[in-house]
Amino acid sequence: MTAIESNDTRFSTAASPAASARPAGRTWWTGAFAALLWLAAAAVIEFWPEIIPAPYGRELAILAVLVAALLGLVLATGPFLGKTAAWIRYYGPWFAVAAVGLGIWEVLTAKLALLPVPFFASPQGILEVYIDDWARLGESVLHSVLLLAKGYFFGAVIGFTTGVTIGWSRAAGYWVHPILRLIGPLPATAWLPLSFFIFPSSGSASVFLIALATAFPVTILTWSGIASVNRDYYDIARTLGASRWFLIFKVAIPAALPHVFVGLFMGLGTSFAVLVVAEMLGVKAGLGWYLQWAQGWAAYANMYAALIVMALMCSSLITILFRIRDRVLSWQKGLVRW
Amino acid sequence: MVALAQSDFREPAHRTGVQVDINAVSHQFELEGEPLPVLDRVSFAVEPGQFVALLGPSGCGKSTLLRLLAGLDHPTAGSLRVNGETIADPDPSRILVFQDPTLFPWRTVRDNVALGLEAQGIIRTSGDRVDAALRLVGLAGFEKAYPHQLSGGMAQRVALARALVNDPRLLLLDEPLGKLDSLTRLTMQAELVALWQKAAMTAVLVTHDVEEALFLTQRVLVFGPRPARIVADIPVDLPYPRHRGDPRLGELRREALQHLGLAASW
Repeated sequence: MTAIESNDTRFSTAASPAASARPAGRTWWTGAFAALLWLAAAAVIEFWPEIIPAPYGRELAILAVLVAALLGLVLATGPFLGKTAAWIRYYGPWFAVAAVGLGIWEVLTAKLALLPVPFFASPQGILEVYIDDWARLGESVLHSVLLLAKGYFFGAVIGFTTGVTIGWSRAAGYWVHPILRLIGPLPATAWLPLSFFIFPSSGSASVFLIALATAFPVTILTWSGIASVNRDYYDIARTLGASRWFLIFKVAIPAALPHVFVGLFMGLGTSFAVLVVAEMLGVKAGLGWYLQWAQGWAAYANMYAALIVMALMCSSLITILFRIRDRVLSWQKGLVRW
Repeated sequence: MVALAQSDFREPAHRTGVQVDINAVSHQFELEGEPLPVLDRVSFAVEPGQFVALLGPSGCGKSTLLRLLAGLDHPTAGSLRVNGETIADPDPSRILVFQDPTLFPWRTVRDNVALGLEAQGIIRTSGDRVDAALRLVGLAGFEKAYPHQLSGGMAQRVALARALVNDPRLLLLDEPLGKLDSLTRLTMQAELVALWQKAAMTAVLVTHDVEEALFLTQRVLVFGPRPARIVADIPVDLPYPRHRGDPRLGELRREALQHLGLAASW
């Protein structure tokens, strides 16, 4: 029994923002300070003349004022805005630091041009990309997510099936293990030239590469999960009349799931890397391609904008997987004792 | 503490435990290529409905004998029969309860108890037996709890319910109270007797606790060190409910310890 429980695979152990928000009733000084800093940043953006004139300086200043207003709202209403307010309160120091960061960035780029000019975009330069080029960026995100979803899905399914098979069947393990040992550690991107040659389209080749990158960690972790199932579980189930089918699907797989999720997380990480490389070198769509395209035009602001979007995309996908895991493995949670 | 009165385990008159015949059973393991004998021509019979204890030093092969009776392993030599039929495979009519509760941590208490019925594909028709079994061990109301939320004694009760829900004819208990604290242990000893009386089954208890063996069972088979052989067969001729302070238990205890080679401490 303890064998499974000790398979502690918690990734998301960040303190709950709501729990650590400061008690209501006291004035939220951090928030007041952060709001002032955002107003100051807005003033710098609006009133300090730019060396290189760029559009959307006004819009950026308005955004900064809006952030200050939001902080002011949370400050004024106290705990009445629920979870969002608690979240903002928790990240109050971050809001303050971000305002300072924005101000310094603004001064170094747009106001004084201290950083080499085409390579370091100003904040309003990046805002300009989002305002003028959102359609192309959005389409790129869509392409990336679709490609990743296809590859990841096939990779996860194949990896899971292979892992269960070799974990369960000695014969399958005998034949598959050496192949895994030889080919598994090879980075999926090493297959890139060959796969673009073999597959009919760069799209299907990319799906294959992403699937390959995902499948290896999922296979290994599923396999180790199945192999480390407490033998007594099988004995218990057998004396209770379990068939082979029952032993696999109702004993081995549920017991191995914490390991499987570790594999799924690792697979997701590697699949991001392969996705970007595949899009840069083969597929003519997606965020990887957008980066490449922006570089071709020396549109550095577009690159920063795309990088930010990519970071948000990857982080959101990881968060989604966390949520799924927390749901599926909810039995691992909690230490309540009667 | 356990409400045993309301039970859906009404015993049909014709149902009792099974007759167990163990005939010249020897068993050995392979340990680094060397054969390691654990049982040496063990023979005994258990009457239907009898409660028998196998008492002996740790690692003497008592647990192995239980695994053979459960059908999880096959003996190197000799035969084990239940009602005249040789034991070939595990069967839900013979259930083994381990020292560890070994509950499935991803299943709630209810789903753990339902495991056997689910595995046999009769959960739809006999789902109410799960609730009855939980009531029997005094855990009604804990259906939705997960194993990690239970105390050791409660977890072991769930394990017992998981066994009893299958209405076994032979209950094999492998030191089921071995890891419990001494107070819970005393409570559950009384409960075990009550459960056995209620379900009218044959029961075999493996233990290395002399008091436990004498307090619970009708007959104590004392095993020598490995490879295990029966060195004594002590009938416990006391009616239930028993009293722990009974002087007769003290005499029997002395006798059992003598056979275990521990008489010097008396």
